[in-house]
Amino acid sequence: MNFKITVASGKGGTGKTTVSVNLAYLLSKELDLDIQLVDCDVEEPNSTIFFPKKCIKETETCFKQVPEIDIEKCTFCGKCAEYCEFSAITIIQKLEFQEIHSDLCHSCGACFIACPNNAIIEKQKSIGVIQNYKIRENLNLVEGRLEIGSPMQTMLISQLKDYVDGDAHITVFDSPPGTSCPMVETVSDADFVILVTEPTPFGLYDLKLAIDVLKEINIPFGVFINKAGLGDTLLYDYLNQEKIAILGEVPFDRSYASKYAEGNLLDTTLEKVKPHYQNLMRTLINKLD
Amino acid sequence: MKIIITSTGNTLDAEFDQRFGRAGWYCVFNTEDGTTEFIENENKDRQGGAGTKAAEQVAALGVEKVISGHFGPKAEDLLNKLSVQMVILHEQNPTVQEVIDQIKN
Repeated sequence: MNFKITVASGKGGTGKTTVSVNLAYLLSKELDLDIQLVDCDVEEPNSTIFFPKKCIKETETCFKQVPEIDIEKCTFCGKCAEYCEFSAITIIQKLEFQEIHSDLCHSCGACFIACPNNAIIEKQKSIGVIQNYKIRENLNLVEGRLEIGSPMQTMLISQLKDYVDGDAHITVFDSPPGTSCPMVETVSDADFVILVTEPTPFGLYDLKLAIDVLKEINIPFGVFINKAGLGDTLLYDYLNQEKIAILGEVPFDRSYASKYAEGNLLDTTLEKVKPHYQNLMRTLINKLD
Repeated sequence: MKIIITSTGNTLDAEFDQRFGRAGWYCVFNTEDGTTEFIENENKDRQGGAGTKAAEQVAALGVEKVISGHFGPKAEDLLNKLSVQMVILHEQNPTVQEVIDQIKN
């Protein structure tokens, strides 16, 4: 068994990480299975904060391929720059000038094909690291951490997914917010997606965008409502009308927020919250069978 | 010397374009004979790298100076390497002709 659950949202700050860490922790405690939590929010991974007793198992640097031009062979014909969709190569024939903008390069490899003189050499450039932590006997946490300034979030997420592939019975992926490429990459092969939202107009607006993405790529999902009791009823009207399953609701409570801010797992601190996560877990286990 | 003035249109009464990489047009002003020529910026709608492409285009034209409102970091870096002088104009919405008049005086 290798069941992939992805926790996503449209809006940031709805509680993806809260749900991810608590769910993964609870699954590992209640099931006799190998559980893995994967923090795909590579621009600001923070799931590790909730597990102060973790120990690091492995660190791996991730690279992308970028071109380098062999001046001896280059005729400054500009074919490589012409092929490059991302403007990552500048060639000015008149001035015999060449430059690679490795930050813009997406490692597509078109320049290697374009060059008639074999003047393009493949070079590796680091984009970030993958860190693998042991949390409990049957719980691992793997995070991707993007290098500051690198625009290669999606590539790092893809490498992170390859790294963890097939390592656990249940893998919980914590997605980056939004609905652009990094989110799509994270949810793209999930067996089930938990969309975390809050009952506010902002939460609803962004939730609809996320739902559009999941419907487009045909991935089953349900909605988990965090901070219930805040805002208005528009979210409930929408979910009712669209017949979208509500996986659970955690009522808003200032003490949850402050416990979270201190880096505590809700499970170990607040008995009131536990049943909501247990319900969520049971719903998911039913999907497993 | 050839100077480029970033322009929103292809006439002298067009408004000065505040952006370099995503400017609509480039007005090439030749200080020796006073002629002007308008060249369309084909890269203005590129997803990324408009600035580097624009710098490449400018350098290939043999221009020594560019007048614009703002240069992005990648364009600035490349123009520096290509020894093209950048002039930042803070004035609000002058026409290209008004910028040229300032150069002349």
